[in-house]
Amino acid sequence: MDTLRELWAFLKVRKKFWLLPIIVISIMLGGLLIFAQTSALAPLIYTLF
Amino acid sequence: MDRSLRVLGISAYYHDSAAALVDNGDIVAAAQEERFTRRKHDSGFPKNAIQYCLAEAGLRLGDLNYVVFYDKPFLKFERLLETYTAIAPQGFPSFQKALPVWIKEKLFQRDILRTELQAIDNNFDGRNRLLFSEHHLSHAASAFFPSPFAEAAVLTLDGVGEWATTSLAVGRGNSLTVLKEINFPHSLGLLYSAFTYYAGFKVNSGEYKLMGLAPYGTPRYADLIRDNLIDIKADGSFRLNMAFFGYLGSLRMINKRFERLFGLKARRPEHPVDPRHMDIAASIQAVTEEVMIRLSRSIAAETGQRHLCLAGGVALNCVANGKILRDGRFDDIWIQPAAGDAGGAIGAALAVHHLHADQSRIAVPTDAMRGAYLGPEFSQRDIEDRLTRAGARFTTLQPERLLTTATESLVDQEALGWFQRRMEFGPRALGARSIVADARSSSMQSVLNLKVKFRESFRPFAPSVLAEDCRDWFALDRPSPYMLLVAEVCDSKRLPLPQGTEQFTGLDKLKLQRSLVPAVTHVDYSARVQTVHEETNPKYHRLLSLFKAKTGCPVLVNTSFNVRGEPIVCTPEDAFHCFMGTEMDTLAIGDSFLRKGEQDPALLQTYQDKFTPD
Repeated sequence: MDTLRELWAFLKVRKKFWLLPIIVISIMLGGLLIFAQTSALAPLIYTLF
Repeated sequence: MDRSLRVLGISAYYHDSAAALVDNGDIVAAAQEERFTRRKHDSGFPKNAIQYCLAEAGLRLGDLNYVVFYDKPFLKFERLLETYTAIAPQGFPSFQKALPVWIKEKLFQRDILRTELQAIDNNFDGRNRLLFSEHHLSHAASAFFPSPFAEAAVLTLDGVGEWATTSLAVGRGNSLTVLKEINFPHSLGLLYSAFTYYAGFKVNSGEYKLMGLAPYGTPRYADLIRDNLIDIKADGSFRLNMAFFGYLGSLRMINKRFERLFGLKARRPEHPVDPRHMDIAASIQAVTEEVMIRLSRSIAAETGQRHLCLAGGVALNCVANGKILRDGRFDDIWIQPAAGDAGGAIGAALAVHHLHADQSRIAVPTDAMRGAYLGPEFSQRDIEDRLTRAGARFTTLQPERLLTTATESLVDQEALGWFQRRMEFGPRALGARSIVADARSSSMQSVLNLKVKFRESFRPFAPSVLAEDCRDWFALDRPSPYMLLVAEVCDSKRLPLPQGTEQFTGLDKLKLQRSLVPAVTHVDYSARVQTVHEETNPKYHRLLSLFKAKTGCPVLVNTSFNVRGEPIVCTPEDAFHCFMGTEMDTLAIGDSFLRKGEQDPALLQTYQDKFTPD
């Protein structure tokens, strides 16, 4: 819950409410992807994420 | 009025995790996690580094006023989502890798950090004492606050943090104001990393190799790069042409179009280096220098400052740093020795001290990094106990006798492991965890590369030189204690090249003896100089002085105490194992001296394959 509260506060400060639906969809999609996930490592790229 | 303030800075979860402890403005300890876990560029929570910092200061986590993380996760998440939205549906391969990591862990970084910290000390108040600093502010703070300057312009350049990839700031007293930023995806660090990948080296660790390869080539592709890949403005600001790069949405730094531009496929790792790769390395190095020099000129003009501080991974490009210095826009420059992300731990902690808590700052005339000797130290008794347990056969000598014995070993053309006092913080070994050798030897570069370090034959070695003798040997008129400035070997120390060898190209250039110190003279006569100062490393200074007394030469080869892919050694046991796994001849740990020929042959090990090559 703390994280969600902080995320909401962050969106308010940054005035980026348009990101909210993208965050919701991303979290749902991300949850699905976790099941199919193998490795988060991508050795040929800078650690961008 | 100032009050006592203790701050722990943490860098973690991307690359080069580290911790640094700042006690009332003094940097008392700093270490990278990789040194303890023995995993190069370890990105995990730096538990060992934190425990070391606390032990060094005699504190517990609960005694600290703040713990600060070196970047802001939500801002980074914002960058990721906006990028994926902007390029959808193209970025799905990257998106499907990134999202699970964020949803499982990174979005909850505060909770994860709190849990990890409370596992170290349950009394830590993770709700009120855990702060987050912006990535480039951490870098800028690491560059300015420990610098010897009361005020200075500050330039930070790296791959990417949250959004910023480049920032221009000005520091005055205890304030630090960011003036301009260049944001992702336009990044000089990522451009250099893209070429690192293209030349067949590992991204985020092979950039040094690309820089070392550059002098073998000619910058014949520089205009091609300027015309197609990067638009450089007069003030040094730049934009990349993303049509040639893959890192926005794929899992590659570059794409096919990039390869077609140069008419050459990306070199596969460990495959032979083609002369064209050398030219490409020379070209991207020239373009990088151009951007850095233009940026430094524009920040000099804009701020009127006479001093410049640098940090961020690109600031480890010591060739470019040397050129900025010689460009003359600044009276002096200072580069954070841990310029990469590890140094963000120091910067974040100092940012809390000076900016968040508004504590005053008095610039230390040398600098506040203590020579970068901020890591663990072992007592003589502890060294002997550890060596005995490891099965080492050693002789403990009087301190001066150890130095003369080590000097004799160097004069006899032996490769000496040199393990003394506190470990260095940052990527360079500076005479605390070093392998040293005679720089006058024409075969030493090849011997060290192939038999001791197990690395590519083209890679140059750096010299340590007595600070007071530096001007006699290198075209450098100021201290360079952190090996972050490149300067040319003085004309008086150069040797004439045999007739007909001017046409040598590529790796053939290596065969020529160019100076009185060939082991540290690169093919373009440059050297990555470390000046050694009696004040910060008296024992190493004494070793160089004795070597000079014997040979007339105040210069030694200094390379990090590790093999390719291995983190620099931390403990006496690490040093002994590395010693036994390579063709190092002798080893000085504290006052204990070891000779390879006297060791138990059963303890010799095959070391080369123990670490994944970087």
